[in-house]
Amino acid sequence: MVDLPILSLLLVLPLVGAGFILFIRGETEIVNTNVRSVALWTSGIEFLFSLFLWFGFDTDSAGFQFTERAEWMPGLDIAYHVGVDGISVLFVLLTTLLTPICVLASWDSIRDRVREYMIAFLVMETMMIGMFAALDLFLFYVFFESVLIPMFLIIGVWGGPKRVYAAFKFFLYTLTGSVLMLVALLAIYIDAGTADIPRLLAHRLPVAWQPWLWLAFFASFAVKVPMWPVHTWLPDAHVEAPTAGSVILAGVLLKFGGYGFLRFSLPMLPAASETFAPLIFALSVIAVIYTSLVALAQEDMKKLIAYSSVAHMGFVTAGTFSFTLQGIEGAIFQMLSHGIVSAALFLIVGVVYDRMHSRDIETYGGLVHRMPAYALTFMIFMLASVGLPGTSGFIGEILVLIGLFQVNAWVAAFTATGVILGAVYMFYLYRRVIFGRLTKEALGRIGDLNAREIAVFAPLIVLVFWMGVYPAPFLKIMHASSANLVRQVDEGRRMANAPGAPAVSLPVLARAQ
Amino acid sequence: MYAATIFLPLLGAILAGVLAFAPAGTREAKHRIDRYAQWASCGGLVLAALLSMLVFKDVVLDSQPRTVELFTWIDSGALEISWALKFDALTAVMVLMVCNVSALIHIYSVGYMAHDTAVPRFMSYLSLFTFFMLMLVTADNLVQLFFGWEGVGLASYLLIGFWYDRPSANAAAIKAFVVNRVGDFGFALGIFVVFVLFQSVNFDVIFATAPAKTAATIRIFGGEFHALTVACLLLFVGAMGKSAQLGLHTWLPDAMEGPTPVSALIHAATMVTAGVFMVARLSPLFELSETALIVVTVVGASTAIFAATVACVQNDIKRVIAYSTCSQLGYMFFACGVSAYAAGIFHLLTHAFFKALLFLGAGSVIHAMSDEQDMRRMGGIWKMVPVTYGLMWIGSLALAGIPPFAGFYSKDIIIEAAYAAASPAGKFAFAMGIAAAFLTAFYSWRLLFMTFHGAPRADEKVMAHVHESPLVMIAPLLGLAAGAAFAGLIAYDAIVGENMAAFWGETLKVLAAHDALAKAHDVPTWVKLAAPAVAGSGIVLACVLYLLAPSWPAALAERYRRLYLFLLNKWYFDELYDRLFVRPALALGRNLWKTGDGTLIDGLGPDGLSRAVLDTARRVAALQTGYLYHYAFAMLIGVVGLITWYVVRQVG
Repeated sequence: MVDLPILSLLLVLPLVGAGFILFIRGETEIVNTNVRSVALWTSGIEFLFSLFLWFGFDTDSAGFQFTERAEWMPGLDIAYHVGVDGISVLFVLLTTLLTPICVLASWDSIRDRVREYMIAFLVMETMMIGMFAALDLFLFYVFFESVLIPMFLIIGVWGGPKRVYAAFKFFLYTLTGSVLMLVALLAIYIDAGTADIPRLLAHRLPVAWQPWLWLAFFASFAVKVPMWPVHTWLPDAHVEAPTAGSVILAGVLLKFGGYGFLRFSLPMLPAASETFAPLIFALSVIAVIYTSLVALAQEDMKKLIAYSSVAHMGFVTAGTFSFTLQGIEGAIFQMLSHGIVSAALFLIVGVVYDRMHSRDIETYGGLVHRMPAYALTFMIFMLASVGLPGTSGFIGEILVLIGLFQVNAWVAAFTATGVILGAVYMFYLYRRVIFGRLTKEALGRIGDLNAREIAVFAPLIVLVFWMGVYPAPFLKIMHASSANLVRQVDEGRRMANAPGAPAVSLPVLARAQ
Repeated sequence: MYAATIFLPLLGAILAGVLAFAPAGTREAKHRIDRYAQWASCGGLVLAALLSMLVFKDVVLDSQPRTVELFTWIDSGALEISWALKFDALTAVMVLMVCNVSALIHIYSVGYMAHDTAVPRFMSYLSLFTFFMLMLVTADNLVQLFFGWEGVGLASYLLIGFWYDRPSANAAAIKAFVVNRVGDFGFALGIFVVFVLFQSVNFDVIFATAPAKTAATIRIFGGEFHALTVACLLLFVGAMGKSAQLGLHTWLPDAMEGPTPVSALIHAATMVTAGVFMVARLSPLFELSETALIVVTVVGASTAIFAATVACVQNDIKRVIAYSTCSQLGYMFFACGVSAYAAGIFHLLTHAFFKALLFLGAGSVIHAMSDEQDMRRMGGIWKMVPVTYGLMWIGSLALAGIPPFAGFYSKDIIIEAAYAAASPAGKFAFAMGIAAAFLTAFYSWRLLFMTFHGAPRADEKVMAHVHESPLVMIAPLLGLAAGAAFAGLIAYDAIVGENMAAFWGETLKVLAAHDALAKAHDVPTWVKLAAPAVAGSGIVLACVLYLLAPSWPAALAERYRRLYLFLLNKWYFDELYDRLFVRPALALGRNLWKTGDGTLIDGLGPDGLSRAVLDTARRVAALQTGYLYHYAFAMLIGVVGLITWYVVRQVG
């Protein structure tokens, strides 16, 4: 395969770009222009580099690829160890795709502190890629947590009027869960004696510990997803965040939780995962129905889409804990699709927000008369959001539901009601914003999408249809790793349920003596 | 050739769609763009229609069914789905009908929509719809069927809401999509059951293994049920949504908000018959579940009579025809329910011709009357629009089932099959079928008389404008009228008569025990005569009430006011659903948001916590009084407490 240390390159490149931006000098306006260009070039080249992963990925292997390892604390078996498998590689690509789009989307709308803004985005890109590529517990934890900081700043500095409240709510929610996760990571490290994730995946954690570790992980991941009832930070964060912030938040950050379940909870804690699956199902079903109904009542476009995100992520968590191949592949696919579609929907809101500085649905109506291209673009992403066959949204939903149905028909049926409710709130939103007569005076001169905006949406539209009509290449990348994951979980559950399984083991005490 | 038949309409849709965005500065430029779009879409469709005839020849006449594999779609473990076009007799018939009717309606639209501001968009939607419909009928697996299914739903949504400035059109469009989604919810669950049962969603695999699964049960929803019955019933929920059967029918009358060619193409000839097509396609499954067949029969028969009663009192010309469609779809379903699938499809085909004809004729009338749709403001125009008038007669004769028009052959065979089925459900369907046939004739002639005869009830300005439609609209009507007049006679033997076995080949599966269609030809003479006879009396009654004694209908409505209102308000389905689902959902959403998220989760969670922390901090601050003895006292209490605790523990 490729000898290039591609992942390290991907991790370093945005930082180099950010460093470069630090040293741009001159008049404010010129600096801003240059900063934007450098950010765009950096993230664009980063995306091109990341395509090595797409083309070089060996779809027959379930193991980690493009791995790199450098000792960090050799005595403690903690290392800089990165690599990707079929579960994580597509998320890295999602990240590298969305970052240049975010830079482009912020081109005109961000006018203050452009330098700091772009640095925050580039640094965040490194951290997100690091999170998905980390193969060491502590490396993972560092990236997982440090992403909070640039995001916190983006909301808190460039956000709307209630940005401080939203930023703190976001920070506190996500941090509270993370503390528990750190404890769990330490416990796993102590038990296994290594922080190396590939080796940990083969390690059997004591069954008696599993529930506690699982709950600790759950505390962190559930907030990130977010699952009901710890979802209330999301609408506030989205509403206050600048457009590009929402894009990254919905597009990538929400995937941390789902990814965490797939990387840690399922393979390392299979017995506990089985025990708690009903809890996940219940919360997912509630999330889907509850937040769909809430979305129906929204008057703020961004809030509506934020709530719809929670509903869509309900599909992800439910599919993950079906432990079936379709369910898990569906969950991954749904995350990717949601990463594109919800990101695009936030961009859609951003387009009119840039023009009218209002997110209230009331402000709009009849936009199709002035903005036909916008109406068409919005329509495409709305359809993807409601899971129309032929769009990416459908593939994820149908796979998740088929996976779920094999395990529990009730859960599948209740989750599937989200498909009806999703159509209701999205079409209702579309009607109020796009259709009808154009009667509001302020909208009389509103302009259609400009070239920059078309450039932002075009790749996303292509992806929505590509993933909907010919998803096979994406699914193929997931196959080996997902099948392997299903096997691991099955094995783990069997061993835990076997009659002679040790009920309690106390390795820590043994080592201490 | 096979793929081209399906994808030409898509190409036309894309071209016309691109033209919709072309800048049209001047009137001439707009005209030119409109022309191009019409050529692109009509050209695509006409070509597809010609190809469909070749396909029909290959597949049916030369008996060479085939499947054209395109490429992999979804592949996840056991779930392997390809894009593939399956051409067998059933598909070939449907493709032939869809392409030709659609081509005629495309051409009609050139005239009908000539003055609209968004011609390219309209043509694009129409072609897009045709593409999805063709994908639906050529699907070789359930998920691709679902693709076409939801696709036509989307096209229907776009076309119903085509005039998006009208709030009523937007509401109707959303209603159509959402009610269909409710049906699709059942459809999707049905697909899952099939997958669990067969580990495949491919028709060939399912049909081949279905006989081995007759005894299979499935543990689902807290009970153990006959697996095939569960699958069929869930799939049938989807069919009910798309084909507007009782309970999920509410969207169809509202869908008349769309332009009339749309009503003709989508809401009469093609899309709404998709449910019937689905049941016929899945006949190898439905045959194995008596329960499912009974449900199909009863739902179909009930819809046939329900919709016919409502059609008798509606005043909007398009709504009358819409309810009539609903009712005729009921006929098709109960035909399938008594295992006379061929008869159901036969009626589907003839219905496509005469119902499209009626809708387009109504469109011509509406066009002539300056967009008036209320029959109470029509009348007395038959001399001014003689061609339309004559064509409406042909359509009505076919609809009412008067020999030798097409509807006679297809409706009669259905009613006979229901009689021959000799089951309780069959008897019910027979009775309802006869009753509905009477009402059908009645409301058809009520429509004719109210629209064309009597004293003119429109104002003079409108009457002065009444004119016959241009040739581009009349020519397609003639094509449809030919079908409505002769299709039944020509196709009878091939589709449901002597040559049936050769025609259908392996397509429609009927168990030997389900011989209703075979026995239908030997029913007593009174059964054969019953339907045309009641139809004749329906016409006579309409004559009496609307020609001879025009004051009676109003008097009757006054006399039986409650019944009249019940029918006029369509059995109050909309009001019921509004109370049961729409308003509670909105109220619930608001409450969950304000109370659930706001008061409970945030109140107890982050906001509550931060308030508590601030409160505590404030109280602690209040404790810091600055007096030394206060601190000393507090320390003392602490020391005492600690000692006490220590002592108690030692003793314990």
